[in-house]
Amino acid sequence: MTDTTTTGGSGASPDPAPTSTSFSLGSLMRSPAAGAFMGFALVFVAFALFGYERNFLSISGVSTWVNFASSVGMIAIPVGFLMIAGELDISVGAVLPASSMTVAIASGYYELPIMVGILAALSVGALIGWVNGMIVTRTQVPSFIVTLATLFAVAGLTLSLSILFINTTQTSLNAPEWAKSLFGGRALGGFRSSVFWWLGMIGVFVYFLHYSPWGNWVFALGGDQESARNAGIPTRRLKIGLFMLCSTSTAFAGVLQTIQFNSATSQANFGMIFNTIIAVVVGGALLTGGFGTVMGIVFGALTLGVVQQGIGYTEIDRNLSFLIIGVMLLVAVLMNETFRKLATNWSTSKKK
Amino acid sequence: MSDNEPVIELRNVDKSFGPIDVLHEISLKVRAGEVLCLLGDNGAGKSTLIKTLAGVYQPTSGDIVMDGEKTTLKGPRDAQSRGIATVHQFGGTYPLMSIGRNFFMGMEPTKGIGPFKVFDRKKANRIAVEEVQKMGITRITNGDRLVGGLSGGERQSLAIARAVYFGARVLILDEPTAALGVKQAAHVLRIVNLAKRRGLAVIFITHQVMHAMAVGDHFAVLIRGAIAADFRKGEKTREEIADLMAGGESMADLEANIDTYMETHDGHPPQPVT
Ligand SMILES: Nc1ncnc2c1ncn2[C@@H]1O[C@H](COP(=O)(O)OP(=O)(O)O)[C@@H](O)[C@H]1O
Ligand SMILES: [Mg+2]
Repeated sequence: MTDTTTTGGSGASPDPAPTSTSFSLGSLMRSPAAGAFMGFALVFVAFALFGYERNFLSISGVSTWVNFASSVGMIAIPVGFLMIAGELDISVGAVLPASSMTVAIASGYYELPIMVGILAALSVGALIGWVNGMIVTRTQVPSFIVTLATLFAVAGLTLSLSILFINTTQTSLNAPEWAKSLFGGRALGGFRSSVFWWLGMIGVFVYFLHYSPWGNWVFALGGDQESARNAGIPTRRLKIGLFMLCSTSTAFAGVLQTIQFNSATSQANFGMIFNTIIAVVVGGALLTGGFGTVMGIVFGALTLGVVQQGIGYTEIDRNLSFLIIGVMLLVAVLMNETFRKLATNWSTSKKK
Repeated sequence: MSDNEPVIELRNVDKSFGPIDVLHEISLKVRAGEVLCLLGDNGAGKSTLIKTLAGVYQPTSGDIVMDGEKTTLKGPRDAQSRGIATVHQFGGTYPLMSIGRNFFMGMEPTKGIGPFKVFDRKKANRIAVEEVQKMGITRITNGDRLVGGLSGGERQSLAIARAVYFGARVLILDEPTAALGVKQAAHVLRIVNLAKRRGLAVIFITHQVMHAMAVGDHFAVLIRGAIAADFRKGEKTREEIADLMAGGESMADLEANIDTYMETHDGHPPQPVT
């Protein structure tokens, strides 16, 4: 890559930006997800070396961290959409148990058909997202605070409603065989259904963010909300929709987990909040909004999976995983910030 | 000046935000092939006025009339589809998005079948680059480049190119030359003249007398949300216009204006803005 150093003068600078849409390593390297991909590749190779003797590359090793990445990733991508749109959603930590308990209470305790339980759980998710979106768009309160409030409110509500309905805070669910294989089975030597659902969702999410006109609007929302409104983009409705998408995806992840493990608990999952944000940031999305890619977040989730779960299949001390994540996060934030500076700096328009 | 019917007209438009009255009884006409220069001090309500014309705000009362018919502009995209294109005072571009995507924000060209509409990147980039080059920014050759890499002037040119492309009938420019150098500002004025010759109705807001004099056919001065003066080219001298643009006239003129205002508005003076 040549560097444009001076203003003007050089005239037309031949810049073979991604003109071919065909997938190739070259186009991947030039794409905005390249940073996240290289980060993943680096971590993967390092772990593969240290884990060569410890089955890191075996099916059970790989499926362990891919399974983990899938449940984080299907939440992280819509969390990433919100971050691109300039918002944050940390209520996912409470939506997860709320949806789990909903499907388990409805279809386990009350023995309603499993589809009824699933739809109820997804509706609970959609409703929480709608509440988040309404509060954020109707008030000037930052979404971090709004979703912090709903995180605790929903967590508390889940606990007390569980006690009210079934007099305990956890319960079991034995889904029928077809549902079990569709939502909570294993295939190809250990990959959970959630992996295949995730793959499908990635396809839809990539289309939404990068190919559909609405994707443009999401970036505009985080880039300059006032201008987006002036351009006629339905900023409020779009934002509410994104919050609903995020909570509903989270609820779906909760349903998959419940059917997979035959049980649900009302405990809030605070770890998931951190995991999704780490995946999004390591995936190259800007905390300040306006930039990010679906594939970047996918690689972010995979990287997190390797470091948190794959580490058990290597000779690396398990206790180091948090340290590695911390360092990774810092490096990612610095790289994202550098990218933003380069991209918004006149005369160095070339992004690495 | 092809015909006499105004392309767009405001009739007694009021706009308030809750208790804050910003515009009072605004009546204005813009004809095809004519440039209306909107003058006034900061906070006078110019941007609010053009946002009402752009469909961003709905008038609290009064009518917007297009081609002689009362019209409700349901939103910015509705206004744009009627050929009203606006360059707003601030922003208008998204630094971390490509030139092609910026250009077509909210009006994305798509290809594909049924519900699977895909943003037509090639088409968007091609048109965006063509239009920006027409504005004299020949340095831009690749529509995939991020707008953040452009200079302030180039970004403004992009926003103007976009409005010129979408504005089939009415072109509204809110202080478009404020961020520009002398050369680029001259270019914007040339574009305004070009649009006028092509038969567009142009509304142009500026703080620079020279710029206003260079392109304006018709001038309206806004003071605290009310039209304080409305005159045609040649009816006032440069000095008088400069006085008006400085926010107030000489005291005598101001009083005279309030008197005329009171005559035309059932005897009540322009209300102060709270
Ligand atoms: N959305 C709004 N809510 C409340 N007041 C507003 C709003 N927009 C503008 N105003 C007020 O209206 C007045 C006119 O603003 P503006 O139209 O931006 O003036 P100008 O463009 O002439 O400088 C200002 O006093 C401003 O504070
Ligand atoms: Mg203004």
